[in-house]
Amino acid sequence: MNPRRFQYHSPRTLGDALVMLEKYGEEAKVLAGGQSLIPMMKLRLLQPEHVIDLNNIPDLSYIEDRRGSIAIGALARHSDLERSPLIREKLPIIGEAAEQIADQQVRNLGTMAGSACHADPAADWPAVLQALDASFVVRGKDERVVPATQFFRGPFDTVVRQGEIMTEIDVPVPQGDRVGQTYLKFERRAGDFATVGVAAVVCVDGDGAIASGALALSAVAPAAYRATDAEKIMEGKKPTQRLIEEAASAAAAPSSPASDLRGSAEYKKEMARVFVRRALKTALERAGVKL
Amino acid sequence: MPEEKIVKKISVQVNGTAYASEVEPRLLLVQYVRETLGLTGTHVGCDTTNCGACTILMESGGEWKAVKSCTLFAVQADGRKLLTIEGVARGDELHPVQNAFWENHALQCGYCTPGMVMASLGLLARNGSPTEEEVRKGLSGNLCRCTGYQNIVKAVLSASKDIKEKRLPVIP
Ligand SMILES: Cc1cc2nc3c(=O)[nH]c(=O)nc-3n(C[C@H](O)[C@H](O)[C@H](O)COP(=O)(O)OP(=O)(O)OC[C@H]3O[C@@H](n4cnc5c(N)ncnc54)[C@H](O)[C@@H]3O)c2cc1C
Ligand code: FES
Ligand code: FES
Repeated sequence: MNPRRFQYHSPRTLGDALVMLEKYGEEAKVLAGGQSLIPMMKLRLLQPEHVIDLNNIPDLSYIEDRRGSIAIGALARHSDLERSPLIREKLPIIGEAAEQIADQQVRNLGTMAGSACHADPAADWPAVLQALDASFVVRGKDERVVPATQFFRGPFDTVVRQGEIMTEIDVPVPQGDRVGQTYLKFERRAGDFATVGVAAVVCVDGDGAIASGALALSAVAPAAYRATDAEKIMEGKKPTQRLIEEAASAAAAPSSPASDLRGSAEYKKEMARVFVRRALKTALERAGVKL
Repeated sequence: MPEEKIVKKISVQVNGTAYASEVEPRLLLVQYVRETLGLTGTHVGCDTTNCGACTILMESGGEWKAVKSCTLFAVQADGRKLLTIEGVARGDELHPVQNAFWENHALQCGYCTPGMVMASLGLLARNGSPTEEEVRKGLSGNLCRCTGYQNIVKAVLSASKDIKEKRLPVIP
């Protein structure tokens, strides 16, 4: 299967890439890992006339400690994140999620920024990055910083406008002595997209109460979402089985999954509840809570 | 859509040999390797990034990485080094991974085998002593319709021992 004909450009600087994007307007598409774009082009779901390959722009693959946050360049691959010691130390949820995405080969090419811009409702990064309160740096004529929670608009739809490139992802490192985090993915078979994915990040205070708990779900709504009702239920409370149950029900309540090969809507909604419960338990245990 | 055929010049090094070619941007890397270069050991199974039959290694940042060549354009390989199944043995001497596949009956029809071997090299280049679990995860992007995977996993584990014992390079 080949895509329609297109012209290929490989700019050497971000500035050149932006000029090309501007010039070709809606006929242009940016190529990062290509692990979503190329399949879509082969199926002719996308037929750009100009493909602007970012891969020859140097210095976009960084994963950097910025004291209190980690900055991830637009060309950092899933496999870079999977193996980064800095990520393992500061943001273990990212390493845990990375190794559950697709397979070795796809991870060697696919990027976090590309996944965010592609905005597949079943993708893993959108939930993880929302739970972490990450923000995206998007550059066009100007540069803007968009919180992950305001970035995704619906299936394959984000606030990125024509002529813009996501250059960086900034992820604050959760603060506190007792932080627990996990990304729990329920997949039908190895390497599949999630039936449901749950990102949980909890901070427990000195008295053993939940100072803050962030929960985000992927694959069970038009876009990954933060379960703010569930978060409110947990805030300031001592973790108990009952509280976890309540939070899990509240987190699954806004889900609106579609029936497909991975299961019926009803089943997925139930799995959303079950996997929030499990993810919360794991995150709390990792924060040193005995349940 | 540009109506006229536009071609791009690329130069690549495949299995140590330099090639310069003119390709259409939409030519897939697997088509380039098989049809332009005639290296038909790399297979096409699904053509949809699922089966791994088209797996080859590409060098980037000084590291060899397994990639699915049905999901890259040939133009993206410009200036890069590639390794395909044809470059794995040294003459008649099989690579330890190939040898282990033979010894452990890790193939039946053989269709998936070139991709399996290349994915195994990608895995071992990164992790010289994988556990069984790590081998299974490392090969999860490669499908085999014949063997049931059991012997493939055994082969990779035995190759990793062999490579360590004989202090051989993973990437030939
Ligand atoms: C077999 C298979 C299994 C997969 N399984 C999973 C999975 O389990 N979980 C999961 O989350 N994902 C999965 N994926 C998707 C994979 O993670 C992709 O890598 C990812 O969705 C896209 O990233 P990319 O870098 O490849 O982007 P590309 O394919 O290059 O681009 C995707 C889209 O984003 C745009 N874009 C890319 N980068 C930028 C940028 N910096 N600025 C602006 N726009 C940009 C492109 O124009 C394009 O529209 C799978 C893919 C395959 C092929
Ligand atoms: S042919 Fe490339 S993954 Fe199947
Ligand atoms: S040996 Fe036949 S597909 Fe693997």
